[in-house]
Amino acid sequence: MSFSWARPYEPKSAAMRWLDERLPLPRLVYGAVGGGYPVPRNLNYWWNYGVLAGVFLTIQIVTGIVLAMHYYASADGAFNSVEHIMRNVNAGWLLRYAHSNGASFFFIVTYIHIFRGLYYGSYKPARELVWMLGLVIYLLMMATAFMGYVLPWGQMSYWGAQVITSFFSAFPLVGEPIRIWLLGGYAPDQAALTRFFSLHYLLPFVIAAVVILHIWALHIPGSGNPTGVDVKDEKDTLPFHPFYTAKDGWFGAGFLAVFALMLYFAPNALGHPDNYIPANRLATPAHIVPEWYFWPFYAILRSFTVDFILAAKLWGVLAMFASILLLFFLPWLDKSPVRSGSYRPVFKRFFWLLLLDILVLGYVGGAEINPLNVALGQIATAYYFLHFLVILPLIARFERPLPLPNSITESVLHGEQREAAPIGTGRKAGATAA
Amino acid sequence: MVRVIAFIIGLGFAGVLLISLIAGVSETIASPAEATAEEEFQRHPKHLTLASDGPLGKFDRQQLQRGFQVYKEVCAACHGLSLVAFRDLHDLGYEEAEVKAIANQWAIEVPSVNPETGEPATRKAIPSDPFPSPYANETAARAANNNALPPDLSLIAKAREGGAAYTYSLLTGYQRQPARLIKEFPAAKTPAGLHYNPYFANLNLAMPPPLTSAGQVTYAPGNPAPTVDQMAKDVSAFLVWAAEPKLENRHRSGIAVVIFLLVGTLLGYLAYRQIWAEAKRKVRPTGPLDPKNQAKSRRAKAKAGIAG
Repeated sequence: MSFSWARPYEPKSAAMRWLDERLPLPRLVYGAVGGGYPVPRNLNYWWNYGVLAGVFLTIQIVTGIVLAMHYYASADGAFNSVEHIMRNVNAGWLLRYAHSNGASFFFIVTYIHIFRGLYYGSYKPARELVWMLGLVIYLLMMATAFMGYVLPWGQMSYWGAQVITSFFSAFPLVGEPIRIWLLGGYAPDQAALTRFFSLHYLLPFVIAAVVILHIWALHIPGSGNPTGVDVKDEKDTLPFHPFYTAKDGWFGAGFLAVFALMLYFAPNALGHPDNYIPANRLATPAHIVPEWYFWPFYAILRSFTVDFILAAKLWGVLAMFASILLLFFLPWLDKSPVRSGSYRPVFKRFFWLLLLDILVLGYVGGAEINPLNVALGQIATAYYFLHFLVILPLIARFERPLPLPNSITESVLHGEQREAAPIGTGRKAGATAA
Repeated sequence: MVRVIAFIIGLGFAGVLLISLIAGVSETIASPAEATAEEEFQRHPKHLTLASDGPLGKFDRQQLQRGFQVYKEVCAACHGLSLVAFRDLHDLGYEEAEVKAIANQWAIEVPSVNPETGEPATRKAIPSDPFPSPYANETAARAANNNALPPDLSLIAKAREGGAAYTYSLLTGYQRQPARLIKEFPAAKTPAGLHYNPYFANLNLAMPPPLTSAGQVTYAPGNPAPTVDQMAKDVSAFLVWAAEPKLENRHRSGIAVVIFLLVGTLLGYLAYRQIWAEAKRKVRPTGPLDPKNQAKSRRAKAKAGIAG
């Protein structure tokens, strides 16, 4: 698709030839993740997390479909059906823990993938749509994860649903009717649980469809790379298979080992104990907190404490939505022609500051409310918006980037011309090149 | 244009946050938050080590049986265990006949229907029944307990911060209210009918001390002496099992899965090194440098009689 030297598919057996002539599915796979997709040869390990996100999406869909065979979406029976899975279904505890921890790991790899994109300028031309489709996937993931967390119908499920749907009531006039319409009632109950289950089952397949668009859009310009320099010729690339399948293979297995450590030995470490208490609409938990992957946004929501023109709650809700929506405009906010942060000395410093800022927001979002945490959250929230909306456009304008390498190959070989010589041409050709 | 709008929005949010920050700070300075009795007197759970701790942990079945005995003779009077069935007691090392006998002799009968009249009735429990609840419903439970609701214990070891250490600390943590607390926070004095316990979130607990004296439960010979501390440990261990009966399966298969994946990672890494050995340093030749094309041109030259 992307480069003229991409190898076309050649069927190796009569059966595959027969299939390829009628339905070129093998050709599609070969061109997408096989030997027919040339990838820059200099990718580092931060480029492994996209494939890993696909692995975790698959784990979630497979475990989720089996869990749905035993789960019972009823306000009276949901909590006990989850415990039935944990206690009486064969390997039910494994499925359920794999699904709940799998959600966390899906977010871990997705966050690493997003920050990789932020650092290496993956949102810049010609990959704006790849970036935006990725953000659509992320938004769908957030909706899916939120609704999934409601399904066990524990205390945090119930009160989380209550708090998050109440965001909509912050909007004047239309807010409260929208909230009631979304919940199917005045408070979360059977109607809400059933529709959350239905949508929680639907959205992962929508995610899978957008993932296909994401990869399709990626394969038009081809993968980016740590230098941010465009691929110039065949020397700069390697076929995806076997090179990147091998690299993703061992790294993926190692990452799954980390996942297994969590799943088998600390399966509840990322959860909240209150969700082992059945939902009770008469008892509000002392501290309602969402799952860890929403903490930065929860901190942004809670940072607006003063009614200034608009109600504080509305400011919080607007800021929370804005904090994600602004990422869609990133390609037009950061107009620097240099993609990779490695060649942008000023940008790089602010990137690390942003990462620290989001970690602070995450801490504040999960911590108890006290004056110090609130003040910390307000400063961190202000920086978040200033970073994307004010600082990045200014850096793009005034920064002097470092000189870029002439090509990917040159950067890989650090000027070792002799080694850059193609295989089989020996020292002589290398010597002339030098 | 995008950047101009972005500037305005960014500065707008930052401005509102600055106002919020100033308002918050000035309010904190004007009226600093006062310390509460809970903040000052609530304690973290005591340290508790159980055989089931750690990645290789297994249940101590003797201890689970003792803990079950404590549950049966003390806790079961008020607390249900509705997610656990009598048949699950096989896991604690009880024989088929023993489980049947435990179910059959359980103090509370299972609600049922009189087969002749259709009237509500009760019958003796059988192994497939979950532990029957001590109260017919929440209203009955509150009526019998000074309006407090004794929680079901099936998941208590996972539903409280600190887990087993929390239940152990709570059971052994009852004490007189410190004089300093009453002096500093007169409003926090333990009301009549409640009991002071610094391991409980709001310090005053409706449950009277359930384990009061050594020997309250008589352990079979060969077991440690049933002190309050020992009974609290045993019942906490039992509640860990009740909340997570598959813990041993989980630990066992976890070790196997992690070893399998590490071996897979190692093999995958070696394959990766092998595949990349050439590509790491060298580049696949193309065009005139491709050995195939060079051979072709040599042949063509030879054919045409050109030397070199």
